[in-house]
Amino acid sequence: METVIEVNSLRKSFGSNEILKGIDLSVTKGEVVSVIGSSGSGKSTFLRCVNLLEWPTSGDILFKGESVTRRGFKLPLYREKVGMVFQQFNLFQNMNVLQNCVIGQMKVAGRDRETARKIAVECLEKVGMQEYIHAKPRQLSGGQQQRVAIARALCMEPDALLFDEPTSALDPEMVGGVLRVISALAHTGLTLIVVTHEMAFARDVSDRVVFMDGGVIAEQGTPDDIFTNPHNPRLREFLTRFLT
Amino acid sequence: MPSERSALQWIVLFIEKYWLQFLKGTGMTVLLAVIGTAAGFVIGLIIGVVRTIPKQAGGKTGFSLRALALGVLNSLLAIYTEVLRGTPMMVQAMLIYYGLTEFAKVNIAAIPAGMIVITLNTGAYMAEIVRGGIQSIDPGQSEAAKAIGMNHWKTMLYVVLPQAVRNILPATGNEFVVNLKDSSVLNVITVTELFYATRAIRGSYYRTYEPFLIAAAIYLALTFISSRLLRLLEKYLDGPRDFSLAQNVGRTRRK
Repeated sequence: METVIEVNSLRKSFGSNEILKGIDLSVTKGEVVSVIGSSGSGKSTFLRCVNLLEWPTSGDILFKGESVTRRGFKLPLYREKVGMVFQQFNLFQNMNVLQNCVIGQMKVAGRDRETARKIAVECLEKVGMQEYIHAKPRQLSGGQQQRVAIARALCMEPDALLFDEPTSALDPEMVGGVLRVISALAHTGLTLIVVTHEMAFARDVSDRVVFMDGGVIAEQGTPDDIFTNPHNPRLREFLTRFLT
Repeated sequence: MPSERSALQWIVLFIEKYWLQFLKGTGMTVLLAVIGTAAGFVIGLIIGVVRTIPKQAGGKTGFSLRALALGVLNSLLAIYTEVLRGTPMMVQAMLIYYGLTEFAKVNIAAIPAGMIVITLNTGAYMAEIVRGGIQSIDPGQSEAAKAIGMNHWKTMLYVVLPQAVRNILPATGNEFVVNLKDSSVLNVITVTELFYATRAIRGSYYRTYEPFLIAAAIYLALTFISSRLLRLLEKYLDGPRDFSLAQNVGRTRRK
């Protein structure tokens, strides 16, 4: 299998506080990886390092075998191909739904307006938000905003998508809709890394589950391994808190 | 008998006799405020954006020529804003108007000199306002822009600045109102704005109260009208509060 993202002994410190203490992970094309762990275990920092919103203190990230931290690497091109969905949605507040989905295609990917609009509508249909193209973000519910944010990322036709706790800021009744959208993407051959607190999602949708604890990957394996046969004591403790 | 006139009669007299001078003075005051605010806004915008350029490309650390250049540039800009905000505009006007003639041997007319002074002054204030406006935008907005591949400039141009400019519109309007009033200090370098014109009119009858009452009324009308207009502009920029669901969006619309 072709490796899309490879993380090598990644470390990240903020001041004297070391958040990531050497992460190694390689993700193959089409794979769906869930990252679980308690708050403060470094999940989000790890994901933010992968698309370089945080610069690693040491270690490296390879995209299709190419180092993304080396001098002269075209960072915008990489980010175009590795999309990100945020906990707080971060839709552009000065644009409506359609403009949110079109702007990157036109200003980054260089598509013309007609093509961009067509792709935007297709992507919005995938998340069930095509009727809302004229709405401003603040006029939508959290779940709707997150679906638009997913469509916006899809519009760039990425190789991989990173989800940073995509349902953590949502009302409980909104969570299902967003998770269904992500599950549908999982079956399209897109590579996904999902940081999540939704254990049912991690168990049912992912190919691999990664448990992070104290800035390292404490255990990883198939959902079956992780949820029915966990070895790491911290993981067992973590799971009993969630699955009772 | 002139001394028998009531204040109201004096006012009528002054308006009848000197309306053109008042009008010209008002026109100059408005021109100074418009040019000063507009050009100052552009200066503030440029400085505000330059100050947000990341010192290191891509979060790298250590010495680089880029960081050094940006550091020097930022210090110069900081000096500019501190000096211009820390000295009275009246003093700046004297220094620029008479200083240029004396030392640089540049013969500059009073009106362009006045425009330069008010522009530089507004620019210094706007730089701080723009910086605050940019900082007030949720960092998530520029992270999202970077995450779809936008560089710093595109992020600023399409995502951050449109929101920042909207947010600083009230402060910019305030600068305009301040400029309408403070342009009066440019009378010290003989710019023929409303205060200067009024003072000249006063000389004709040696009456101070009525001409300046008229001037006050004009200043008040100008500031009141411009703050109302700005409120309308803000409402217009915010757009409608509701939206309609789109029909048949699956088909691409043709013109």
